[in-house]
Amino acid sequence: MNAQTPLVELKNMSIAFGGVHAVDDVSVDLYPGEVVGLLGHNGAGKSTLIKMLSGAYVGDGGEIRVNGERAEIKNPRDARSYNIETIYQTLALADNLDAASNLFLGRELLTAFGTVDDDAMEAETRKIMARLNPNFRKFAEPVSALSGGQRQSVAIARAVYFNARILIMDEPTAALGPQETQMVSELIKQLKAEGIGIFLISHDVHDVMDLCDRASVMKNGKLVDTVNIADVTDDELLSMIILGKRPGETRVEA
Amino acid sequence: MQVSKQTFFGKLGLDTRLLGMIGALVVLWVMFDLITGGRFLTPRNLFNLSVQTASVAVMATGMVFVIVTRHIDLSVGSMLGFIGMTVAALQVHVLPDVFGLGHGAIWIVAALVAVLMGACIGAFQGWIIGYLTVPAFIVTLGGFLVYRGAMWWVTHGQTVAPLDPSFRLLGGGADGTLGETLSWGFGVFASVVAVVMMLMSRRRKAKHGFAMKPVWAEGILMVLVVGLVIGFVWVMNSYKIAKGALPRIAEARGVEMVDGLQLFHGVAIPVIILLLVTVVMTIISTRTRFGRYVYATGGNPEAAELSGINTRLLTVKIFALMGALTGISAVIASARLGAVDVGLGTLDELRVIAAAVIGGTALSGGFGTIYGAVIGALIMQSLQSGMASVGVDAPLQSIVVGIVLVFAVWIDIVYRRKTGA
Repeated sequence: MNAQTPLVELKNMSIAFGGVHAVDDVSVDLYPGEVVGLLGHNGAGKSTLIKMLSGAYVGDGGEIRVNGERAEIKNPRDARSYNIETIYQTLALADNLDAASNLFLGRELLTAFGTVDDDAMEAETRKIMARLNPNFRKFAEPVSALSGGQRQSVAIARAVYFNARILIMDEPTAALGPQETQMVSELIKQLKAEGIGIFLISHDVHDVMDLCDRASVMKNGKLVDTVNIADVTDDELLSMIILGKRPGETRVEA
Repeated sequence: MQVSKQTFFGKLGLDTRLLGMIGALVVLWVMFDLITGGRFLTPRNLFNLSVQTASVAVMATGMVFVIVTRHIDLSVGSMLGFIGMTVAALQVHVLPDVFGLGHGAIWIVAALVAVLMGACIGAFQGWIIGYLTVPAFIVTLGGFLVYRGAMWWVTHGQTVAPLDPSFRLLGGGADGTLGETLSWGFGVFASVVAVVMMLMSRRRKAKHGFAMKPVWAEGILMVLVVGLVIGFVWVMNSYKIAKGALPRIAEARGVEMVDGLQLFHGVAIPVIILLLVTVVMTIISTRTRFGRYVYATGGNPEAAELSGINTRLLTVKIFALMGALTGISAVIASARLGAVDVGLGTLDELRVIAAAVIGGTALSGGFGTIYGAVIGALIMQSLQSGMASVGVDAPLQSIVVGIVLVFAVWIDIVYRRKTGA
């Protein structure tokens, strides 16, 4: 199918919380310039799976490979060192800080004296926002004053600025209006064209049909299957999500 | 009228909260001055006010970080007492045997031990809070009892006195000041630094092509700052040394004692300490990664964690800093009194928290400024000593302070809701 080395391979990943197998022996992979959708109901385990890649959780079992090599990811800092950036569903922004402080949070630009260089960070933020969201003006306000789309563009700018090669987007359009959703879709296409691999977590089938190359469907912590989007219909994808049936399998009583 | 006024202050870059606090302070001062028939706004009273504010204000700057990260520290009053007593016993019972009585190293060792002890105790509390995840309220409530008890054990309840003479200078009083000449020097130095920093910030902004304040606004601000600093020094330099203390002070300052000699106090050393702490803490809060992480963690702990910030270690650092500042305050408070009894620092935790909160620190986390906490401490102290000089009896003083605290926080909530911050 694809001769390249995958950007990321998650092999036989498992994690349990107090006896509940949130993720049970799941394997997925991602190639450069590819968007892979992760689908499933709430509680299917897709966010949990991806949090093991972003360093928020450490798995009980399984192996993560980045560019074919085994990667040790124990916390978000480790993930960042592999150029894995995550845009969380909850928009992990500190509401009381401005856009620049959020964009550089944990990786501040410093002056020669070792103090944070707010002016330089604002200048960089202005540059990248001019590229991603030219209408963005609120550089001085705390991000609590921003709209959902503006906040999302700050979160995306953060990933893009630090040269993400692997981008994880957890329901990036869940809180957005139609226009803002459109803006984020355009952004995803743009990033894909730049060769970035994207895991797109969603429970919206149309989003996935629109943006993704492949889709991995999860149910009750297990992987149902991974399919090429070109080979399936909306309905087939839906029945994978709802019934946990692979396409082509005869329908049995649920 | 309303609109033009707001844009005027907006262009100056002064926020409404700061103006409100200064307004409240001015109202209090004028009111007390009128009631006491001009006894409140005198160099003497303002000198005392500045010295009395120092101890609580130093701790309040640390409490800002604690509260911004959604914690609380109820132990600072007891910790101050414990550190004060330990350091007092050290300089009276131990250090003279080591260095010899009255040796110049005693006050230095004592002060360093105080700061170090505070940092260690604070770090330990922070470790329990951050790593063992016991709520700060409980940990510091425990500390509140533990340190008050431990303080008693140091000398079995005996008062320790007199403290080392050099150490006592750190508490202010007629001896513990910069003197007139040094005070002026300090005033000029501080003014120059302030103006240079404002100019440098302007140049940086110009370099990046950001919007700048109008030149007239910047000019007014500079005049205000310089005026405030020089005015303060002038008032402190107008407070005469009392006749009885004159020969002693003259000797200490190397002035020949002649008839008709007049000497003035100048800026008190604890106030200098407070100003240094304020400047350093402001730099930490606005210009360092540590400070940035404090506010980020307060605003959204989860986001901070996901951004790779070690929030547990951050908690340890915050409480260690709070402890070190409590150590500094212990030095100031014990030096000011010249003796330490088991009551030292009682109720200080509440004064410190009140100062931070009146100064605009939100208990819900994420918001609070160092200068706000210092002004908050000044407002609290003004209220207290103002009422004392008017002759309000102690129970009523407590009632008023309690009501003012609740009222101030309510105003703050209304303000936040209106500005949407």
